[in-house]
Amino acid sequence: MLRELGEKNVNISLTQKIWDMNWGFILLICATASVGFLMLYSAANGNLDPWASRQMMRFGMGLILMFVVALVDIRVWLNLAYPLYAVALLMLGAVEVMGVVGMGARRWVEIGPIQLQPSEIMKITLIMAIARYFHNIGLEDVRKIRWLIPPLLLVAAPVALVLRQPDLGTALLLIAGAGIVFFVAGVSLWMFAAVIGIAVPTIFFGYQFLHEYQQKRILTFLNPENDPLGAGYHILQSKIALGSGGVFGKGLLQGTQSHLNYLPEMRTDFIFSMLAEEFGMIGGLLLFALYVLLIAYGYAIAYRSRNHFGKLLAIGMTGVFFLYIFINVAMVMGLVPVVGVPLPLISYGGTAMLTLLIGFGLTMSVYLHRDVDIPGKR
Amino acid sequence: MAKDQHKEKGRLFTRRALMMAGGQAALMSALAGRLYYLQVLHSDQYTTMADENRMNIQLLAPLRGQIVDRFGVEIASNRHNYRVVLIPEQTKSVEDTLEALAQFVPYDEIDRERVLKEVKKKRSFVPIPVVDNLTWDQFARINVHSPDLPGIQMDVGATRNYPYGDLFAHIVGYVGAVSEKDLQTLEADPLLELPEFRIGKSGIEKFYDKPLRGKAGYSRVEANAYGRIIRELNREEGTPGTEAVLTIDKKLQEFTAKRMGTESAAAVVMDIHSGDILSMVSVPAFDPNAFANGISSKEWKELVSNSKRPLGNKAIGGQYPPGSTFKMIVALAALEAGVIVDSHEVFCRGHTNLGKHRFHCWKRGGHGKLNLEDAISQSCDIYFYDIARKVGVDRIAEMAHRFGLGEKLDIDILGERAGLIPTKAWKYAVQGVKWQVGETYNVGIGQGFVLTTPLQLAVMTARLANGGKIVNPRLVRSVGGRDTDAPLLGDPVASDLPSIGITPSSLRTVLRGMNKVVNGKRGSARAAKIKTEGWEMAGKTGTAQVRRISKKERIEGVRKAHEKPWEERDHALFVGFAPYNDPRYAVAVIVEHGGSGSKAAAPIARDLLQETLRLDPLRRPSHDVLARRKPGDTDA
Repeated sequence: MLRELGEKNVNISLTQKIWDMNWGFILLICATASVGFLMLYSAANGNLDPWASRQMMRFGMGLILMFVVALVDIRVWLNLAYPLYAVALLMLGAVEVMGVVGMGARRWVEIGPIQLQPSEIMKITLIMAIARYFHNIGLEDVRKIRWLIPPLLLVAAPVALVLRQPDLGTALLLIAGAGIVFFVAGVSLWMFAAVIGIAVPTIFFGYQFLHEYQQKRILTFLNPENDPLGAGYHILQSKIALGSGGVFGKGLLQGTQSHLNYLPEMRTDFIFSMLAEEFGMIGGLLLFALYVLLIAYGYAIAYRSRNHFGKLLAIGMTGVFFLYIFINVAMVMGLVPVVGVPLPLISYGGTAMLTLLIGFGLTMSVYLHRDVDIPGKR
Repeated sequence: MAKDQHKEKGRLFTRRALMMAGGQAALMSALAGRLYYLQVLHSDQYTTMADENRMNIQLLAPLRGQIVDRFGVEIASNRHNYRVVLIPEQTKSVEDTLEALAQFVPYDEIDRERVLKEVKKKRSFVPIPVVDNLTWDQFARINVHSPDLPGIQMDVGATRNYPYGDLFAHIVGYVGAVSEKDLQTLEADPLLELPEFRIGKSGIEKFYDKPLRGKAGYSRVEANAYGRIIRELNREEGTPGTEAVLTIDKKLQEFTAKRMGTESAAAVVMDIHSGDILSMVSVPAFDPNAFANGISSKEWKELVSNSKRPLGNKAIGGQYPPGSTFKMIVALAALEAGVIVDSHEVFCRGHTNLGKHRFHCWKRGGHGKLNLEDAISQSCDIYFYDIARKVGVDRIAEMAHRFGLGEKLDIDILGERAGLIPTKAWKYAVQGVKWQVGETYNVGIGQGFVLTTPLQLAVMTARLANGGKIVNPRLVRSVGGRDTDAPLLGDPVASDLPSIGITPSSLRTVLRGMNKVVNGKRGSARAAKIKTEGWEMAGKTGTAQVRRISKKERIEGVRKAHEKPWEERDHALFVGFAPYNDPRYAVAVIVEHGGSGSKAAAPIARDLLQETLRLDPLRRPSHDVLARRKPGDTDA
């Protein structure tokens, strides 16, 4: 029943798709999420309630959504890329009008009982829209600056809105995620060099326009020990938890820094520090291994896709996934400033989990429809 | 062409994807490297920081060493302090809980408001003291009803307890909270920082504070980021303070205090061979328990304004003219200087003239012809004017010092005063005026500038009674028994002690005089004679003028003691020892404004010596001797 490699199979039945589903990939996702459940179980001092159980429920729901997304034909997603992007952008704009103030920043929009975070949805739809754009244009055009203006506008619009919220972390993620698609689409390397050459001085200049707390975060990042009880506390405590874990860790439920609340936000952004405290370097590296395997799957899927949209989409999704991991882990280790980025599949939280599983769903859709040849401009 | 483009697009993608993968692999390696850096290279450093985060050291106050009398009777001990604390987070309503608690213990509005105020200030898991010093009954009752008292927790602390109240107030002293000044003057000890810690503030409690204090224990606890204690990691109990064994016999002390009653008086009973102070009383006294638990300002004002000065220890800090009790010193000075012989006689006609001044004898008609023994026993003033003039004030002063007068005797409590034995040089240095012979007359009868303390008089008497040996007073037999570096003080016998260097025959003459004071037909204290055979007391009365008798009064007739206001009456003194034939115990008694020594002081001294001989504390094995005999059995 499994198709031979290279066999053109464009219209596949549902049962075939389910058989063909990338079960190894799914198993890896479940394994990684289970690590998260275990950590949330530990965070509740050996209880499933209140966090692990809820996270499991969300994960289950997200998994179903992932299947649905995966089964939908890749061409449908291609066609929906722009409309979905437009909807997400409209929602982002709506946040400006009727946004709810939370955590000092306006990030949610309320639709009935559901709180939606348009910036999360935008992370996916932006990649889709850019992938579609580069799918459509020819190899020659990619190297021309004027052909790069529309996708740059696609990026600039949501970034501008997100920065107004203000959410520096999401803005940077959007830029970086889009940048990955730009890169694999074949945009000239000198253009990247030029952008960086312009961006870096601009950032230095733009620093003074940042909110004071953002400036402080950056300053604190540069020397956290200067402010051990204030803004540097998070980083310092995270490093203490991590460092004291040693090679083998203190054991499940034995992490003193996390269980005695010295570690801040241990269920969300700083959950990796807790993991590294309880399971040590071995545990940290094992988690890295799971992540590397997941990323490798993403690359393999992208490599196998016959259509350019699928390639770009798979790499884009994998890239965003990697960015999450890197920024979060580097942050808790004190390598980059504290920006609120969760650890994929592990951190407690619904929206991020959902976004992630939709992203995996899209990647799997790329896999299931890898042989579909979608005409684009050559 | 389209196919080529398609292929080219795919190749470009593959190339870029590989570069991407390489970049991501490099970044993941960086993360792994950082993990290694933090968890392997710097693990120790962060482990230390983690422990510093979570571990708190809490001091455990050691039990303060007990103070016991020579037979092991507890004079200062530790008492359970039953108290109740409130942990706000364990109750829904602090006010309801307090109201419920009020059914079991007296609890006033001020206490209630203090608790409510503290509840607001402190974190909800920090225990707040509610009431303390509960009786066992109250404590038990609250315990039984604890299900109805959410948030209430029972707690047992230790407080200092003085079971005999004011009986040992001046010797033992009291403990109190550590003051800012204490922190600056005392050696650093983390215990001092404990909010409920008490240190010695006076008496033995203060002098031996350090050994009594003991050494702190500690408990290492794990606390979370908010300071809540999660569990105890380990605990090391402190070393309790060492026990201090006094020379005092509690029974004799009790007898002494009772005998002196409501007078303003002081008495010292000591062993003439060892110097052990068997009883030292200054009345009125105060209750040290009140100080240990915090004294009210009303009580304090009463103590301070009382004209009988209950706060001062008159036995060591009261300075009085010794009056006639000083005459033994004058006699010995004259004998030793060779200006008179034993048989020196003087005729007393009731007064003697020096230039324009006339000096009187206490006996208006005079004593007639007297030798030294009679002069002592009848306390003739004229005789001593005569020999004092002959020997001179400086030689009297020198003799006084040999007997311990006019200097501190280094008893182990604070508040001791030196008294004053005047010399010519002293007067010139202080007043810038030359000494006058008339002043020597006054010194001859223990008046004028001469000031002594009851302790000094007791020591003087002991040194007379033991045959002229330098015995020094001591209040503490041992601190910490066998465990201290200081060897346990032995019980020296008279022969061990260094001699003062008095010719035995001179001393015998003086002692014979002292015997006649009590046992002679015309002795000034013959009424206070001990009739028990073999226990005969010898001694000397003294009546010290508080106000000089004016010429007018002499002419009009000296008022009787009871006619004068209390403050102007003479101090009554008596020094004595017993048994006369085998001296063992010496006593000094002063009754402030008591009138005459023979009437007010001698009977007290007699009763004290009689009781001392009856109890005979020196012949019974003392607490520490028993402890030495049976190691480990300190309760013997």
